[in-house]
Amino acid sequence: MSELNRLTIADARDALARGEVTSAELTEACLAAIEGAGALNAFVHGTADRARDMAAAADRRIRAGEAAPMTGIPIGVKDVFCVKGVPSQAASRILEGFTPEYESTVTGNLWDAGAVMLGKLNQDEFAMGSANESSCYGPAVNPWKVDGRKLTPGGSSGGSAAAVAADLCLAATGTDTGGSIRQPAAFTGTVGLKPTYGRVSRWGVIAYASSLDQAGPMTKTVRDAAIMLGAMASGDPQDSTCADRPVPDYEAALSGDIRGKRIGIPREYRVDGMPPEIDALWQQGARMLRDAGAEVVDISLPHTKYALPAYYVIAPAEASSNLARYDGVRYGRRAKLGQGDGITEMYEKTRAEGFGPEVQRRMMIGTYVLSAGFYDAYYNRARKVRALIKRDFDDAFADGIDAILAPTTPSAAFPLGSLDQSDPVQAYLNDVFTVTLNLAGLPGISVPVGLDKQGLPLGLQLFGRPFEEGDLLNHALVLERAAGFVAKPDRWW
Amino acid sequence: MSITEDEARKVAHLSRIAVDDAALPALARELNGILHFMEQLNEVDVTGVEPMTGVTPMRLKRREDVVTTGGMPEKILSNAPDAREGFFAVPKVVE
Repeated sequence: MSELNRLTIADARDALARGEVTSAELTEACLAAIEGAGALNAFVHGTADRARDMAAAADRRIRAGEAAPMTGIPIGVKDVFCVKGVPSQAASRILEGFTPEYESTVTGNLWDAGAVMLGKLNQDEFAMGSANESSCYGPAVNPWKVDGRKLTPGGSSGGSAAAVAADLCLAATGTDTGGSIRQPAAFTGTVGLKPTYGRVSRWGVIAYASSLDQAGPMTKTVRDAAIMLGAMASGDPQDSTCADRPVPDYEAALSGDIRGKRIGIPREYRVDGMPPEIDALWQQGARMLRDAGAEVVDISLPHTKYALPAYYVIAPAEASSNLARYDGVRYGRRAKLGQGDGITEMYEKTRAEGFGPEVQRRMMIGTYVLSAGFYDAYYNRARKVRALIKRDFDDAFADGIDAILAPTTPSAAFPLGSLDQSDPVQAYLNDVFTVTLNLAGLPGISVPVGLDKQGLPLGLQLFGRPFEEGDLLNHALVLERAAGFVAKPDRWW
Repeated sequence: MSITEDEARKVAHLSRIAVDDAALPALARELNGILHFMEQLNEVDVTGVEPMTGVTPMRLKRREDVVTTGGMPEKILSNAPDAREGFFAVPKVVE
């Protein structure tokens, strides 16, 4: 079997079960691919020795007949997940040198299932960004390229998306607070699933905005997303917002039959200035689902327009509180202090040199909207609008809608360095189609559906009912099959 | 509402982020741009709407009010930039 790193989880699992390949061989193939892909800047902390040990243990487990679906599968881990004994710094200078003494529940679940850790993946600092440009490691680079220009893999899970698209690993973990799994998946021609809020534990995932953050799988296929979600999800006494629900067999839900299902097309997602290509792709996706026997209906989600401003109040507010812990005392970096500097100078200097500009901006916006006099005008108003956004979805589902289809992004991947740094709002507009889902806590998945005229991948996303990831994945499978997206980036790195 | 340079300085201090005076005009401009964008929220009629606190209608889990973990000071201190004799160390805070 050649190029083992190009396998899907499902194919690798089946080959492992038949004894045609070992986890050690899969792992070596990935490590070699990572070795040759420095130009993508996707992996930022390698764990090759640990990977070889884990692969050997997985091979013993498989031989003993005790394999779980992820046993022996080499994966990458977004830097935001705490992994015991491995640098985990959420791409921030302020966590330089931080090596957790504990394991995030999600990665713990994956290791229990026998997955093999290849290393930590690049991302935007504290998962704040849509281009992977605000990272202390420098930007991750999209394996897809046009005219020799380097493109963003999207963000914040840009390293995860680049690594999966370039076959450096079989799959990767991501986190999605406002689109950070789905947008990079769309930009790289891969699949990204954000589960229902509470489906996956947040314990040990370095926090950005706790009421929105949710971890999920980033994979090559919908089936792989189903397999990997099953291994990531669990109840968790360490996370009071994590649901105590049994984890269903998501792969078993993939019947490929969506006859009689009702798919909603939300008219408010047809925004001003939407490129005709995106609109055409969306209509094409709707046709594919109709051809598969679903009923496609127009729906209204009237408060969609206000999701972005509500998000950019709520997320920074929560972040300013969460990131108050980085004070130069308990972990990470402390600034060099001058003669006579006291504790306030220590805090202020440490945070000024430890946080990048976008994180600082969000800290300050969050502090402002939570401050006395503005709390009601901004923060409480945003939370009320959030309730209305959720109600829009509740109404649609109560009307019998099974899934909602929308574009994932307003454009294909754009060149690195093309965002105007002096106008942060311009960058926030990238999240226009994705933030609604986080505000409502719903599950969503981005599936690659076509290429634009430059030859870059475009994705569509499906939104599902809370805790019905199985049904959502089944819709996604139908879309994936109908789209038949098989394009891969030409190797230049 | 609009943020002056003085208010930008105050917000930076509340956030415990040192900002040079020279950087304040640009910071105030950026923050104003973002706040202006948020002002769209004023178009929404929110009369009678409760602010949302959590997305899932579930009661937060309860547990016995007992100590569940602890006894690992070395692990807690292992990542501290300055730890001495079992404590976190910071610059002098009492004159």
